[in-house]
Amino acid sequence: MSILVDRNTKVIVQGITGSHGSFHAKQMLEYGTRVVGGVTPGKGGQKVEGVPVFNHMDEAVRETGANASVIYVPARFAPEAIREAFRSGVKLVVCITEGIPALDMARLNEEFQGKPGRLIGPNCPGIITPGECKIGIMPGYIHKRGSVGVVSRSGTLTYEAVWQMTSRGIGQSTCIGIGGDAIIGTTFVDALELFEKDPETEAVLLIGEIGGSAEEEAAEVIEKKISKPVIAFVAGRTAPPGKRMGHAGAIIGGASERAQDKIERLKRAGVRVADSPARIGEAVEKVLLETQKSPKR
Amino acid sequence: MNLHEYQAKELLRQFGIPVPSSKVVSSPEAAEKAASELGGNRFVVKAQIHAGGRGKGGGVVLVEGREEVRRSAQRLLGTNLKTPQTGPQGQPVDSVLVQVQTEIEKEFYAAVVLDRSQAKPCIIFSESGGMDIEEVAKRSPEAIWKQTFSPKSGLTPSEAKAFLSRGKFDLKAKETLSKILVGAARLFLETDASLVEINPLARTPSGDFLAIDAKIRLDDNGLERHAELAALRDPRQEDSREIEAKKFDLSYVGLEGNIGCMVNGAGLAMATLDLIKLAGGEPANFLDVGGGASKEKVTAAFKIILQDPKVQAILVNIFGGIMRCDVIAEGVLAAVKETQLKVPLVVRLEGTQVEQGKEILKKSGLKIISAESLEEGARKAVSCVHSR
Repeated sequence: MSILVDRNTKVIVQGITGSHGSFHAKQMLEYGTRVVGGVTPGKGGQKVEGVPVFNHMDEAVRETGANASVIYVPARFAPEAIREAFRSGVKLVVCITEGIPALDMARLNEEFQGKPGRLIGPNCPGIITPGECKIGIMPGYIHKRGSVGVVSRSGTLTYEAVWQMTSRGIGQSTCIGIGGDAIIGTTFVDALELFEKDPETEAVLLIGEIGGSAEEEAAEVIEKKISKPVIAFVAGRTAPPGKRMGHAGAIIGGASERAQDKIERLKRAGVRVADSPARIGEAVEKVLLETQKSPKR
Repeated sequence: MNLHEYQAKELLRQFGIPVPSSKVVSSPEAAEKAASELGGNRFVVKAQIHAGGRGKGGGVVLVEGREEVRRSAQRLLGTNLKTPQTGPQGQPVDSVLVQVQTEIEKEFYAAVVLDRSQAKPCIIFSESGGMDIEEVAKRSPEAIWKQTFSPKSGLTPSEAKAFLSRGKFDLKAKETLSKILVGAARLFLETDASLVEINPLARTPSGDFLAIDAKIRLDDNGLERHAELAALRDPRQEDSREIEAKKFDLSYVGLEGNIGCMVNGAGLAMATLDLIKLAGGEPANFLDVGGGASKEKVTAAFKIILQDPKVQAILVNIFGGIMRCDVIAEGVLAAVKETQLKVPLVVRLEGTQVEQGKEILKKSGLKIISAESLEEGARKAVSCVHSR
C-alpha cells in the first residue's frame, strides 16, 4: 500500500510539448510511471515520447481513462490548467509550476471546495511511491520502497532527507512535496491523515519551514488524531524576519511564524525534531528502532 | 514588493478611503512650496523609506510653519534613516511626505491579509490602533477582530457592517467604517496585494475617519498583470545584490555573517544556513541557484556573493537531482576561473553522477576544499573563516 499514487495511476502531462513537460514526461516514463497522454491546446494529434497529445483534458481523459494529471505550464496559464484538470474528472492534480499569484489559488480553492479531486502544489516537486509511480520532478533513484511516509514544503531539502534515509537502508511508502507557496492544495494535515490510514506507513517524516502556521496546525492534528510516530525538521532558524527566503510562502510575517516556535510546538505534540538537517536520517532511524522495540499498540 | 507610504495612500484614495492632504517632495524648497499649497500651519514631515519604526528613528517630525517644514525636509533628505526595522546602514531618504496634521480623537487599526490556512483573504480590525499590533495580539488577542471573505465576490457592505457590530459604533461611524473596509478589501483583491495595513486609522473630533499611515505589500507573483503597479518599484530601497540576482533568476538575501553560500533549492538553502550556525559560523547570505544551475547562473551567483566584502569563505552545497553533479562541477570551475576567486571554497556535491563531479573538481588543480557530507561542508567552511 501507499497513498494517492500507485502502479494503477494513469497520468496525463499538461504542457507536454514544452521543454519541461517533455523532459519530465520522459523521466517519468523511464521510472515506470504510466504516462498515458499529454495535453497542449492546439497540438492535439502529435506524439511526445511515444504518448499521444490532446487539445483538452476532457478529450485526454475520455481517450485514455487517466485518473491523474501533472502540470508543467507557465504560471500565467496554470490556474486555467488546474481548472480544466478538475473539470475533466481526474482525482489527483499535481501542479509543479512556480509563480502563481496567491489570490488565483484562493479563488480556485473556493471554486473547488467540497468537490472531489485533490490538488498537490503548486510550486512543488510532486509525489512518488517508490518503485510504482513518480509524478513530478524528483530524481527517482534516491528513493527506496519502505515504511516511512514523507511530507515536505521543500524540494531539494526533501531529496537530501530521503537520500539520508535510503543510504541507511530506510525506505519510503510515499513522498509528497506539498509546495512552497502560501496557498496550497494538500496540506501537512491532509497528508498526515492519509498516512495514518495507510497500513504500510509506520512513521511519518515532516519537513517544514518558516512562514504561515502549517506546522502548528500539523502539531494539533498529531496530538489528536495521529498514532504513528512523527519525526520533523523545520528549516529557517537563521532566517531574518520580513524577508522572502526563495519560496513565496517562506517569509516570517508575524512573531509566531518563526522556526523556533514551530519546533517547540511540534515537540509539545510529541514529535521528534531533528536539530540538524544533516541528522534527519539518523533521527528517523532512532524512532523506527524505538518503535520496533516497544510492544505493538 | 513593498510600496512607499505615499504610493499606498494614493491607492487608498483611489479606492475611496479618506487620507489627510499631503504632497510628496524631494527637495527642501519643494517641501516649503508644498506646505504653502496645502495651507494651514501645522504639518508632519515623513521620510519615505521601505521600513517601519520611522517614528522611533526620527523620520517623522511634527512641525509648525513652512520654514520648519523646509528645515525638516533638509535634515532628512539625502540621509540614511536607521529604524529598529532597517539594517544597521539604514535606508536612503530620497523623498519626504509633507502632510497636514490631523486632530485625532481615537486611533484604530485596519488591515487586509491572506489567511493561509483558510486559503482566503481576511480583514483585521482593532480599536487599539496606533501601536504595534503584534504586541496587542500577544497581550489581548480578544481586542483583534478577524474575518475571512470571498476572494471572488469580495467583502460585501452587509458583511462589513455585521463584522463591525462587535464594537459600539453609531450608525454614521459604522457606515463610514464599513465603506473603508470594503474599499480596503477591493484594493487588496484588485492589486494582488499580500498586505494592506492602515495604522493608525484615526477618528477626528468631527467624527470623520482618516488613514494617517498605510503600508501596502504586493504579491510578486501578481505583478506581471499590473504593469502600472510594477512601475512603482523603488530599487533604491532594495539591496542592489537582490536586484542583480533577480536578473539571473536567482534568489538572494543578504545577511550579516562572513560565509557566503550557494545552494540549489530554497529549503536546502535555508537548512544550509541553519547548519553553518550550528557549526559555530555566521552565513553572509541566502542564495538559491534554482533547480537548473547552469554555468551562467553559477558564475552570476559567485559574482553576487563576492560583492559582499564581508565574505571570507564560500560554501557550495548542491544536491544534484535531475541536474547532474558533473554539469554543476563544470559550472563551479568556470565561475572560479572567471571571478578569479581568492577566498577559500568548500564544495559539497551529492546526487546524480556525483563521482564524476568530484573527479572534475579534483583534477582541476584549483584549490577547492571538498566535503563528503552536509555536516562536513559546514564544518570546513566555518574552520576556514576561524583560521584566518
